[in-house]
Amino acid sequence: MTKKFSQEHEWIELEDGVATVGITDYAQQSLGDIVYVELPEVGKKLTKDGDAAVVESVKAASDVYAPLDGEIVEINEELDANPGLVNEAPEAEGWFFKMTLSDESQLDELMDEAAYKEFVEGL
Amino acid sequence: MVGQWSAMFRNDCPGEGRVDQQTELLKTALYDLHVELGAKMVPFAGYDMPVQYPLGVKGEHLHTRAKAGLFDVSHMGQVRLTGENREAELEKLVPGDIAILKPGRTRYSAFTQDDGTILDDLMITNAGDSLFLVINAACKDDDIVHMRANLGDGVSLEEIDDRALLALQGPDAAKVLARFAPAVADLKFMSFAEIEIAGSPCFVTRSGYTGEDGYEISVPNADAEALARKFLAEEEVEAIGLGARDSLRLEAGLCLYGNDIDTTTTPVEGDLNWIINKRRREEGGFKGADVILDQLENGADRKRVGIKPEGKAPAREHTQILNTDGEEIGEITSGGFGPTVDGPIAMGYVAIEFSKPGTKVNLMVRGKARPAEVVELPFAPHRYFRG
Repeated sequence: MTKKFSQEHEWIELEDGVATVGITDYAQQSLGDIVYVELPEVGKKLTKDGDAAVVESVKAASDVYAPLDGEIVEINEELDANPGLVNEAPEAEGWFFKMTLSDESQLDELMDEAAYKEFVEGL
Repeated sequence: MVGQWSAMFRNDCPGEGRVDQQTELLKTALYDLHVELGAKMVPFAGYDMPVQYPLGVKGEHLHTRAKAGLFDVSHMGQVRLTGENREAELEKLVPGDIAILKPGRTRYSAFTQDDGTILDDLMITNAGDSLFLVINAACKDDDIVHMRANLGDGVSLEEIDDRALLALQGPDAAKVLARFAPAVADLKFMSFAEIEIAGSPCFVTRSGYTGEDGYEISVPNADAEALARKFLAEEEVEAIGLGARDSLRLEAGLCLYGNDIDTTTTPVEGDLNWIINKRRREEGGFKGADVILDQLENGADRKRVGIKPEGKAPAREHTQILNTDGEEIGEITSGGFGPTVDGPIAMGYVAIEFSKPGTKVNLMVRGKARPAEVVELPFAPHRYFRG
């Protein structure tokens, strides 16, 4: 069970064939106070780098992209009532959705934690 | 995935090209202080300005409504008009009654064009021996060209570029400022005085753009940072960036030039009829008077209104507004999240028959029609000090 990261500041963690996806701590800090999260419907098919969700802060709306190909199996209903969870615990309770992966080998295209940390430091 | 600030504040002026071509961003007298305070700096109207501090937009917004916030608005233009006919000459360019403005009083107005649309909105103060104007940052070069071209020979225009402009806003603003200058307590909303604050000769107006009680303080550049530090040392005061300035003014139902009013909208369409008093309606004599007076008499086809989305999704500027039959009736011009309201809020233009508060409309956000309602402005009640 390892966590991988995309250049678009999403994290993805695979466990028992289901991947949990959210935005990184760096992303939530850049966005500021999150006031609304629009999540995809369960059953929606996602394409890597395609639109998956929208996160809105006081200042702007930002797209969240699918880190990999797959299908939504669960969304974090808590975020509707409490979008601030994304600021408080972006890489835990503030997860966005769970998805099955069409091709688990795509995970290899993403960064591991050390590589992402380096990537962010270079921004 | 991180939103762009520049996209959020259009703040266009007809001559904004000049700003885009500028290679080096201008800095206000408080630039070093903003950086020291940890502000996120962004380009705005040609200046490098603080959009937020570590407290964040929401925290800064709520703090201003609860206590007091300090804003650097030095990017705005400050202009002084002198000359005997200054009131009558300025009245050719704005629809407000300037002749009636007593010394020490301030008025909100707008520069109009021949077609009745708005070139900029501004604050006009009768400073006794002169008129003191505060104009928008992105428009100031154009405004000055416009005034120089149109004000009669008897009027001299002086651009005041050796002064910063600070805004201290919020329910505790009066208490805080009175510690440095007791005389400010007696100023009423939209009043002006030249007052020494902490030893510095300031122009103080009891005004602002947050809907709260507060002051705008024009202070010599050389004293600006020291004065800002003095205010920030008071326990009630936090530094507030452009992000919260925008959400505060939107909740207060106040127009952002370039978004809610511009060279495609008239004061009547913009629901600013109140800036034109009886005498000016009768006499006209300002640019675009024929169009504007006709609209005052016969109504305009569209109007700026408050819009409250029913759900939680904010509707941003340029969002299409539809009637309940799915026909397009207008567009959102400012929209976002109101921290005090704790929900999405917006302003926009709708066809006049849909402008009545309580009218149900739909907003097209990401291809989905979402229910909303036309509402009275402001979203957060004004709390001005009227004495």
